[in-house]
Amino acid sequence: MESVIFYIFAAILLFAATMVITVRNPVRAALFLVLAFFTSAGIWLMLEAEFLAISLVLVYVGAVLVLFLFVVMMLDIDLAPLKEGFTRYLPLGIIVAALIVVEMIAVLNAPQFDISAAQATDGSNTKMLGRLLYTVYVYPFEIASVILTVAIVAAITLTLREHHRKLQDPAKQVMVKSADRLRMVDLRSKKQDGEGSES
Amino acid sequence: MNYQVPNMLFALPEMVMLAMACVVLLFVAFTGNRKIQWSYGLSQLSLFAVLMTVIFSWGDTGTTFSATYIKDSLSDILKIAICLINMCVLLYSVEYLRARQLLQGEFYVLALFATLGMLIMVSANHFLTLYLGLELLSLCLYAMVAMHRDSVIATEAAMKYFILGAIASGMLLYGMSIIYGITGSLMLQEVAAAVYSSSSSDTILSFALVFIIIGIGFKFGAVPFHMWLPDVYHGAPTAITLFIAAAPKVAAFALLIRLLVDGLIDLQTYWQPMLMLMAVLSMIIGNVVAIAQTNIKRMLAYSTISHVGFLLMGVLSGTDAGYAASLFYTLIYALMTLATFGVILLMSRYGFEADNIDDYKGLSSQHPWLALLMMILMFSMAGIPPLAGFYAKLGVIKAVVDVDMMAVALIAVVMSVIGAFYYLRVIKVMYFDKTEEKCEFTYSGPAAFVLSINTLLVLALGIFPGLLMSICSTVFS
Repeated sequence: MESVIFYIFAAILLFAATMVITVRNPVRAALFLVLAFFTSAGIWLMLEAEFLAISLVLVYVGAVLVLFLFVVMMLDIDLAPLKEGFTRYLPLGIIVAALIVVEMIAVLNAPQFDISAAQATDGSNTKMLGRLLYTVYVYPFEIASVILTVAIVAAITLTLREHHRKLQDPAKQVMVKSADRLRMVDLRSKKQDGEGSES
Repeated sequence: MNYQVPNMLFALPEMVMLAMACVVLLFVAFTGNRKIQWSYGLSQLSLFAVLMTVIFSWGDTGTTFSATYIKDSLSDILKIAICLINMCVLLYSVEYLRARQLLQGEFYVLALFATLGMLIMVSANHFLTLYLGLELLSLCLYAMVAMHRDSVIATEAAMKYFILGAIASGMLLYGMSIIYGITGSLMLQEVAAAVYSSSSSDTILSFALVFIIIGIGFKFGAVPFHMWLPDVYHGAPTAITLFIAAAPKVAAFALLIRLLVDGLIDLQTYWQPMLMLMAVLSMIIGNVVAIAQTNIKRMLAYSTISHVGFLLMGVLSGTDAGYAASLFYTLIYALMTLATFGVILLMSRYGFEADNIDDYKGLSSQHPWLALLMMILMFSMAGIPPLAGFYAKLGVIKAVVDVDMMAVALIAVVMSVIGAFYYLRVIKVMYFDKTEEKCEFTYSGPAAFVLSINTLLVLALGIFPGLLMSICSTVFS
């Protein structure tokens, strides 16, 4: 029974993942990505990894993909130039990909990984994960948080343009004088004057 | 589960660096660019504080944070080098950045976080910390390259760097995950023990190794993974190029040693030929293509590729003496690169980048001291005695001769002779080509003073290489 459910989930996952990269409309691609994340969360649940499943749904489906949809809808991305070289590079790409797959199958033909079954804990694995993250893996955990901070700093550095902001300063608008707006120009023709003095 | 409370004193340099980086971040956030001198001073102070914490804890060794962190003599010496190099980088780049309106507080914040990433990499004893440190460093570098937003060439360089860097990180991570699948651990010593007693065949281990080597090769810029290097060196503002060229290579050396020597030493029969191929190709392509360059930053990029080839040669010998020679080479390379880009930064001013070799025409008649410094550096990079570059090359070539790889040594010697050509061309342009244009600029102040000391250190380490060499060999014994 369990394996039947697994194969159903796996089939949906593969189908969704393929659709993500093949559909034309980016909004549809994003929605198929939601489906892919949901089914992989289901597979994780079957492995008794509840925490990972829930966080995948919460973080990826709830936050990341909604943002992603916003970006896709707000930016008017013209897909034509992105697909320009597609057919031209397709044969070469297929050859390279097929070669890599064949080589990897040749090397990995036999199952050699020692970790055979998922070793889920009896109790709540959220608790176990939390305990591990804040004890054994506290150092990598802290580094990850620093990386996120740097990501924010980098994003702000690259996008904030202070001198391009259009701000109105009411104080300045009130204090304006006629001389700031109006420039008096002497329009008498100097060229004629010059000619006059020469003759 | 018995859990030991970590001895946080070991990680004091990282903690000081993180705290100070956050202080600088807050300072910049509240003062903007109005008090940029203070941000600069604070950044130098934080690097100095980290340097002091490393020096005062010199000699203590051990692991902490459940063995994800290691403090040994290798990490100590590399951390000292990283702090000193970055202090010089910040000093050299002030005027250059100011002239181009790039002197923003964010530069210092990103530089400090990048330094933190390097420190973490150097002290990593776990695949996870190694990878996270590398990502922290890379993320800062991508942003720094892209900081000059109005420059098309810098944006293009940042894009290339980001995409190729992300692919390389993916490769590295894939290799690490396969190793984890086989050995069941991410801690370097446990991985080494598991590989030693592994019952499964070596095929799959070497399969993982290929991905790890590709990742390392990308980060170093070794051929055939060097495509990003010339574009990034050329495209980034010179001050950022200097930042990328100097200290991250020292951190990449730690990555190489930790992964291949500490973790996968029993796969040496597999990684030795891979490194050999990369080293030989790097030396050939780096030196030959550099000849055709007219832009000095591109030329130095190809020169870096060839230096990476030499550096890998020491490691591929697989002996302690070889590792020590590579360490010596890395430190000397960083010192030379620092000073060379320092000269370019001093020469360039508003609206003039000084990045064409022709810009150096007649430098000797107008600024004899600067030309002399550049000459010392070029001779040292070419590996001419009695300069430090000579002993560095001698050390790595001796390392491969000792393990009977005569062909590799022979290629290295031939390539360093070919390489001498383009270094000597810079000297020829400076001393023998005349120009009508007067290159008017003044250089003075602390940057010029430190640059002089930096260059004279290359000369001094060439005459007395013994001290640094003995430190390097005690690290690997």
